[in-house]
Amino acid sequence: MKVALERLKNGIFNENPIFAQVLAMCPTLAVTTSATNGIGMGLATTAVLVASNIAISLIRKLIPSKIRIPAYIVVIASFVTLIQFLLQGFVPGLYKSLGIFIPLIVVNCVILGRAEAYASKNGVFVSLFDGLGMGLGFALSLTILGTIRELLGTGKVFGFQVMPMSYKPAIIMILAPGAFFTLGILMALLNLYRIKNAKDGEAPKLVEPGCAGCGLCGKCHSK
Amino acid sequence: MRIFIILFSAILINNFVLSRFLGICSFLGVSKKTETAFGMGLAVTFVMALASIISYIVYHFILVPLNIKYLYTVAFILVIAALVQFVEMVIQKTSPSLYKALGIYLPLITTNCAVLAVAVINMNENYTFIESIANGIGAALGYFLAIVLLAGIRERIDNNESMPLALKGFPISLISAGLMSIAFLGFQGLIK
Repeated sequence: MKVALERLKNGIFNENPIFAQVLAMCPTLAVTTSATNGIGMGLATTAVLVASNIAISLIRKLIPSKIRIPAYIVVIASFVTLIQFLLQGFVPGLYKSLGIFIPLIVVNCVILGRAEAYASKNGVFVSLFDGLGMGLGFALSLTILGTIRELLGTGKVFGFQVMPMSYKPAIIMILAPGAFFTLGILMALLNLYRIKNAKDGEAPKLVEPGCAGCGLCGKCHSK
Repeated sequence: MRIFIILFSAILINNFVLSRFLGICSFLGVSKKTETAFGMGLAVTFVMALASIISYIVYHFILVPLNIKYLYTVAFILVIAALVQFVEMVIQKTSPSLYKALGIYLPLITTNCAVLAVAVINMNENYTFIESIANGIGAALGYFLAIVLLAGIRERIDNNESMPLALKGFPISLISAGLMSIAFLGFQGLIK
């Protein structure tokens, strides 16, 4: 049980997929036009992540290591199709506003990354909690971004008016550029925090886009 | 005429990277130098045009007749993964110089969401065969344009000594991309 809690905490804080590992930038920027969309996307990804971590952990000894990446992708794609049906059936509004980003959960590097880095090496129980922690960390980050953008762009949070009526919404925040600005400024603040907290004489670790998930980790950076 | 509209709207108005947020990971990861950005852009253009063709064939000649349209996610991703592997082998055998230029980027493309997205968009919009290819090429050229432009900007930014440390690297790239995205918003209304 202790391991499980540690995995949860690890996913949400220490190795948060967005703010620590800087993965899965596409859904992060695209669907966070409102807090509701952010949390919806986050939970859909969590569901796929937990299911795929369990499945991959169960069959980890059966998959030959040469074809493991295609095998993982098939497992993930099946769960994404499942989630797609569930969303379409039960929350059609969210399904419509997430649009193309639901099938694109397949290529979300967080999911493939956890399959490769954790579920393929660990037991079912801990893999479940690893998936849950990472998924919740992802959902939490998306909700934060969505809340900021919705608040500045429409004056509302989760659809409720928060800002006084005299506030003139900055519509650009819910358009494409707003996503880049919000994330850029949050990342800069994170850097500032890391610089302040860096030990004397040590260079602070600055935020870098990660690629732990694409199965070819590091190739694009080193070349 | 419709084909040109699709092509230009994919390049400028609905730019894959700057207004649809597809392929962001590689857009931010591989844009440190103009040369590498150029290579990645070429590789993506090549694979996206091919992926549009193959996914059209798979969807209309396999999934629709068998009435298993809902399996499109699984089918497309497998086809794209196989396609990338195949292209890599063909280039390696036929043109070593091209392989040297594109080789390292090809495996990255399998998990590039822009390629899967172009297949899904072609399907959702019910594009014909020619329109699908136009959309694929347009989307890829849009990606190419965006990544090369960003790489150019980032090369300049790296030379800036007075940049605060907290903004260096990733945060300033995001903000530059945001400014580029504002510029691309200006193309809206170009085609009605």
